[in-house]
Amino acid sequence: MTVWNWLAVGGAAVLALVAVAEIRRRAGSGTSGRRFFRHPTAAPALFVLAFFVTVALAAPLVTPYRPYVQIDIARLANHAPSTQFPLGTDPFGRDVWSRLVYGARISLGIGALAMLVAVTTGVVVGGVAGYFRRWVDATLMRLVDVGLAMPRVFMLLMVVALWEHVPLTVLVLLIGLTGWFGTSRLVRAEVLSVREREFVAAARALGAEPARVIFRHVLPNAAAPIIVSAALGIGNVMLLEAGLSFLGLGVPSPAPSWGNMIADGWPKMAVAWWASTFPGLAISLVVMALNAVGDALRDALDPRKETA
Amino acid sequence: MAAWLVRRLAASIAIVWAVVTLTFVIVHLAHGSPCGQGDGRPVSPETCAALIRRFALDRPIGTQYVKYLGALLRGDLGESLALHRPVADALAEALPNTLTLALTALILDFALGVALGIYQAARERRFGDIALGNAALFVNSMPTFWLGLVLLLLLAQWLRLFPVGGLRDLVLCPRLDSLPCLADFAWHLTLPALTLGLVGAAGTARYQRAALLEVVRQDFVRTARAKGLPERRVLLVHALRNALLPLITLFGLTFPFLLTGAVLVETVFAWPGMGRLAVTAILQRDYPVVTAAALIASVMVVLGNLLADALYGVADPRIRVRAT
Repeated sequence: MTVWNWLAVGGAAVLALVAVAEIRRRAGSGTSGRRFFRHPTAAPALFVLAFFVTVALAAPLVTPYRPYVQIDIARLANHAPSTQFPLGTDPFGRDVWSRLVYGARISLGIGALAMLVAVTTGVVVGGVAGYFRRWVDATLMRLVDVGLAMPRVFMLLMVVALWEHVPLTVLVLLIGLTGWFGTSRLVRAEVLSVREREFVAAARALGAEPARVIFRHVLPNAAAPIIVSAALGIGNVMLLEAGLSFLGLGVPSPAPSWGNMIADGWPKMAVAWWASTFPGLAISLVVMALNAVGDALRDALDPRKETA
Repeated sequence: MAAWLVRRLAASIAIVWAVVTLTFVIVHLAHGSPCGQGDGRPVSPETCAALIRRFALDRPIGTQYVKYLGALLRGDLGESLALHRPVADALAEALPNTLTLALTALILDFALGVALGIYQAARERRFGDIALGNAALFVNSMPTFWLGLVLLLLLAQWLRLFPVGGLRDLVLCPRLDSLPCLADFAWHLTLPALTLGLVGAAGTARYQRAALLEVVRQDFVRTARAKGLPERRVLLVHALRNALLPLITLFGLTFPFLLTGAVLVETVFAWPGMGRLAVTAILQRDYPVVTAAALIASVMVVLGNLLADALYGVADPRIRVRAT
């Protein structure tokens, strides 16, 4: 690491701090914002997320090497953490810190995108099922029952094995499309209660199309549980991606993902504990931050607590 | 209750059937021809024809599907392509190992989780609660297999307290027939079960704490306190019984988690269970084994949910009344 890299890391930390402070200042005026930040872990969790996102975006600035570069395979494999390699090097002689940062792009990116796919599908299915009820609801919900009964990992393993090397887009779609069942149930329940309210009847009486009623009137009023489940879901997806990559069935090496970094370091763990430990620590930290934010969001958005 | 049970059973069977159909479709997307297209294993035309005849791949897909279902009903899961033996045999060997691991982890999960949850609820918002709460959140956020690796490194590699993997010492204990061998088995079981159990317990503790705190705010708890009962009795007898109900739901949810976790943990600890069997099979594109493992896993998930529902009925009379 050069001085510039260290400065850039410091800069990212400062930027993340500023971002969190700014969010806090803006959101702190509202009731739910105040409730969100009343959680002692909410602000630190936001900082962790902001830091990892900033560092991932600024990857070329904060890392001394490209993630694929085997610096000196003969002499610098399994090099212990030092000032030159702050997190050591892996068994292939690659800088763990550089890979961790570039891996953040892939791991966080897959987490966010797959969750987007899952939430979108879940919202559409749940919204349609809850709004139209009758046979549409019955059919869709039986589908969801099947989906929930499938052991997700086994199914993913089965489908992933159809490819020699799974393209990242396919991986994102697969993880997303096996993860919407819970969300759709949640949304359906919410829609069922919202659709009976007067303003929905009013919208319908004004002649609004079902799609307009669902997306403009019903869903915005059912947003809270969706947001919470999305926040909690990203963490889950990241763990899933890590597991698949660890088995060699997710993100293909040499592209760095936190999961396959653990796998790469595993065989040499007894001599070079750092190569597997730091990526796992990064996953744990980020997932913990996501869970903490999800918890705080739930308390902040839960209308039941409005009166309490 | 009986009518309800029959309805639930029928629904469960329908779900399993749907999963079977789905796996059938996925496998047929994959297979193509057993003769291989440039996968590096040349197959003579005669062998190819024999294989096609043997697996009835020349028949229409509908016929194949019916044959597949019929075979499943007879308990015939096909033959493994890589192990050259019936899939059912391989699974029958692996399943008890997975179940032992999962059940031990389950006991650890709930025993530790409930105890921690009670302790945290009793010290709500004090240091012990907050420290444990954050620790639980952290452990619950770890990738299970990574926790396994860390425990392996710390306790097996550095401190040499536990074996690094496997089911038992194959030299000293080829069979589980003596007390020392059972102890050896338990010793091998500790780390994988601890890995799965710890991550689960962290989740259970969060759940149990919340459930208990919800109950504690109800009137009958205030009554119990007003009667002058010691706090210990109020919490452990009056409140806890009512706070255990949500745990049954959690039980239904934990089952898939343990199975999923087992896939990775078995790989880390070289535990010869279903998960490791499935992973090995996938890397060898051994589809009959993969589909069978997926099928067994989903049957277990369905059974777990059924059991949770039934337990619910037993534990809470109100639910029984509504269900009939």
